Amino acid sequence: MATDMERLLNSDRFKRLVRIRWTVSISLLTLLFILYYGYIFVVAEGKDFLIQKVGVHTNYGIIFGVGTIIGAWILTIIYVVWANTVYDKEVQGIKDEFLK
Amino acid sequence: MLTNLIQSVVAQTPPALAEAATAASNAATTSVGQVTATSIIFFVAFISLTLYITYWAAKKTKTAKEFYAAGRSITGFQNGIALSGDYMSAASFLGIAGMVSLKGYDGMIYATGWLVGWPALMYLLAEPLRNLGKYTFADVVAYRLREKPIRIAAAVGGLLVLITYALAQMVGAGNLIKLMFGLPYEVAVFFVGIVMLVYVLFGGMIATTWVQIIKACLLLGGVTALLLIGLARFDFNPGNLYGAVAERYGEAALSPGGLVTSPIDAVSLGLALMLGLLGLPHILMRFYTVPDAKQARISVAWATTFIGYFYCIIPIVGFMAAVLVSRETISGVDKGGNMAAPLLAEFVGGTPFLGFIAAVAFATILAVVAGLTLAAASAMSHDLFVMVVKKGQASEHEQVKVAKIATVVFGCIAMALAILFKGQNVAFMVGLTFAIACSGNFPALLLSITWKKLSTAGAVAAIIVGSVTAFVLIILSPTVWVDILKNEHAIFPMKNPAIFSMPLAFLAAWIVSLLTPDLEAQKKFDTELVRTYLGVGAE
Repeated sequence: MATDMERLLNSDRFKRLVRIRWTVSISLLTLLFILYYGYIFVVAEGKDFLIQKVGVHTNYGIIFGVGTIIGAWILTIIYVVWANTVYDKEVQGIKDEFLK
Repeated sequence: MLTNLIQSVVAQTPPALAEAATAASNAATTSVGQVTATSIIFFVAFISLTLYITYWAAKKTKTAKEFYAAGRSITGFQNGIALSGDYMSAASFLGIAGMVSLKGYDGMIYATGWLVGWPALMYLLAEPLRNLGKYTFADVVAYRLREKPIRIAAAVGGLLVLITYALAQMVGAGNLIKLMFGLPYEVAVFFVGIVMLVYVLFGGMIATTWVQIIKACLLLGGVTALLLIGLARFDFNPGNLYGAVAERYGEAALSPGGLVTSPIDAVSLGLALMLGLLGLPHILMRFYTVPDAKQARISVAWATTFIGYFYCIIPIVGFMAAVLVSRETISGVDKGGNMAAPLLAEFVGGTPFLGFIAAVAFATILAVVAGLTLAAASAMSHDLFVMVVKKGQASEHEQVKVAKIATVVFGCIAMALAILFKGQNVAFMVGLTFAIACSGNFPALLLSITWKKLSTAGAVAAIIVGSVTAFVLIILSPTVWVDILKNEHAIFPMKNPAIFSMPLAFLAAWIVSLLTPDLEAQKKFDTELVRTYLGVGAE
């Protein structure tokens, strides 16, 4: 078992899994920071823009506020879809290859 | 408590909850502040249902695993609702609606800040936390480090977060219940404390989870009903509502109003809100109630969905209250605006609907405090007693017994502190909670999962440096040093210390770990990897 474990830990397949997992996480986290702080930045610096109307009464400020919430939600869902389809499959594959 | 935070961040005005209670009794035109037949009916129905569930849960709560983690029997979807229940406090419901109604667009900026922690929790912690831990987040940090120092530091850091949060919740609860039902402050605090103790003591995590689920459904359902009934008056078109807001209060109500004046403070607040979530013990603990990492992931997806939906519609409720009820009436009942949503409910649905919304707010308070108490009990009994005092050698019976004693101890401390702080400005408490959570608990937790060279001393240093820096800087900040201690100038100019205290915690962990290399821990990191990423050996 111990040797199985060592083979697993040293395998390229496992190392790649961990690397990809963090690449996806950090990329999405970066997008989240851009989204949220982008919104805060526009609120602080772009007031003239935010009060312009999109529809008859709705302005960009309201759209951006709701957009930030929906954007954060979409970023969460992207991770879940990726993890459920790609990540979990690879985890199962690694377990089957090394731990059986 | 959101209101308090908002006020602490936004303006120098002290939270108006306390004075508002007097104002409430002067408002003759509304039933807010009175006990009505419908509020009693809904309230009794909620209490009966939750106590029945507690009775049912008590029969299933025999072992420590059942008491702390509901036997890992909760599904991802259920846990997602329960997480949203843990996070959506009465103050974020009443507070954001109130802030939007009185201050307009600025309330919306805050609503966004409260959601963005959830994706971060997903990316950084959800799955590793579930795979590595058992009952508390300290399990994860202590996984390959020396138990005793880590458990003590993590339990103290966790308890500090929980007690400040519980205190803010309890003081807020006492004031809100006084505002809504006219009950005396002390009676309200005792009532909340006793009912919450019954849930946790007899039903453990199973009862607490179901109380959260019922509360979240009531809250989401209640606010949705309020939204639909109110929007009917605007032909179901939010645009018409914004038009009415602009007509009555000017375009200023729909545009940013100087909330974000100091960019560095705004960045710091954002960091605390976002990453503070990743250090809240009662939230982290919920991940152990699901069977595996996949369900943990699904929990966060659902929680984000419900909480996102909630923060999208709450500002609309606030705007409707401003147009239909009027700012004058709202601030007449409570200067902080906390009664905007209940007043809107009364306006569009009469006393019965007000009774329902009041009962929902009460249920919300109870559920949040119950979640905090269970998390505190697990820190005291599992981390301190079982793992430190008994070195992990305790029978199931003993573990549950100690957990129940810890529950009562924490409940009594929370009630006693709430009475002690009656009428005090606890605005800084929520800021303190999130600052300590993101500076003390989060860095140690993240590094223990990701950084091989983290040593025991390094992790302890991160927790101590982060918590102490956050604590001291909040005391020296304008919120406490000027507003509460009445000094002329703040020693630390910012209201949110996270941007300093969190990097400092990481730095402390890095330096101390390099100075005290822990070879044993580095060796164990490899087996930890398999468990972190593949879930092999997870409990």
